[in-house]
Amino acid sequence: MKVPILRFKNILLTSIQMDLTDQDALDFQSDLLRMANSTEAKGVVIDIKALDVVDSYLARILNETASMLRLLGTKTVITGMQPTVALTLVEMGRELIGVETALNFEQGVEKLQRSIEKREGEDSYGEE
Amino acid sequence: MARSRITLKAESDVITARQAGRETARHLGLSLADQTRLATAISELARNAIQHAGRGTCLITDRSNQHAINIQVAVEDRGPGIPDIERVMEYGFSSSRGLGCGLPAARRLVDEFDIQSEPGYTKVTIGMVRPRVP
Repeated sequence: MKVPILRFKNILLTSIQMDLTDQDALDFQSDLLRMANSTEAKGVVIDIKALDVVDSYLARILNETASMLRLLGTKTVITGMQPTVALTLVEMGRELIGVETALNFEQGVEKLQRSIEKREGEDSYGEE
Repeated sequence: MARSRITLKAESDVITARQAGRETARHLGLSLADQTRLATAISELARNAIQHAGRGTCLITDRSNQHAINIQVAVEDRGPGIPDIERVMEYGFSSSRGLGCGLPAARRLVDEFDIQSEPGYTKVTIGMVRPRVP
């Protein structure tokens, strides 16, 4: 199953709507990296509201994806995590450490836009 | 005793197995949190079987009685076996890419956990037991 990735201004929006096999998760990771690179996106929102299980493998892939995107200069926000998924991840001792999160898609986009504006403000200040 | 058996031979069977576990838990009236714990633990075990042995089986058994809801899940494979179970159960140990914390993670989610392993055979059994509220 391929996860669609949409571009909105300088942000990539994606929503995982179905359970992913391990290979699907890896494909999603490389699609996202390729697209972030080709579109020069400043941010990525990954919505996982539809997922009722995030096991240690998927947690690790999401973590790694955010780290890889950070190396490209792109900020990642994961949104919509179900409460029972959050509970299970913490109990497993495998939180999505280092990944920014937001309650829902809209708040995730806002969070990214704010941080991108802030970063651009700082950049133009530095150029003066 | 109601049982369901899932043959694990492809990555997608990991999803089938955990969905079957969730369905059993839901059917028996376990909370959403417990359904998620059980489904996640099954996902870890089923992945291990596929990754290390290429195939395996997942047997979900309802052992509930009048006092408690009791679900047992056994995942078996005929892979190489786990040479050092203690080490595998240490958090953070990784024997192949993407694994490593699967078994200890699963153990934290359930009430009963047992591993039998020898060269050519591994069986991991987990159990979730919840007293019935009168």
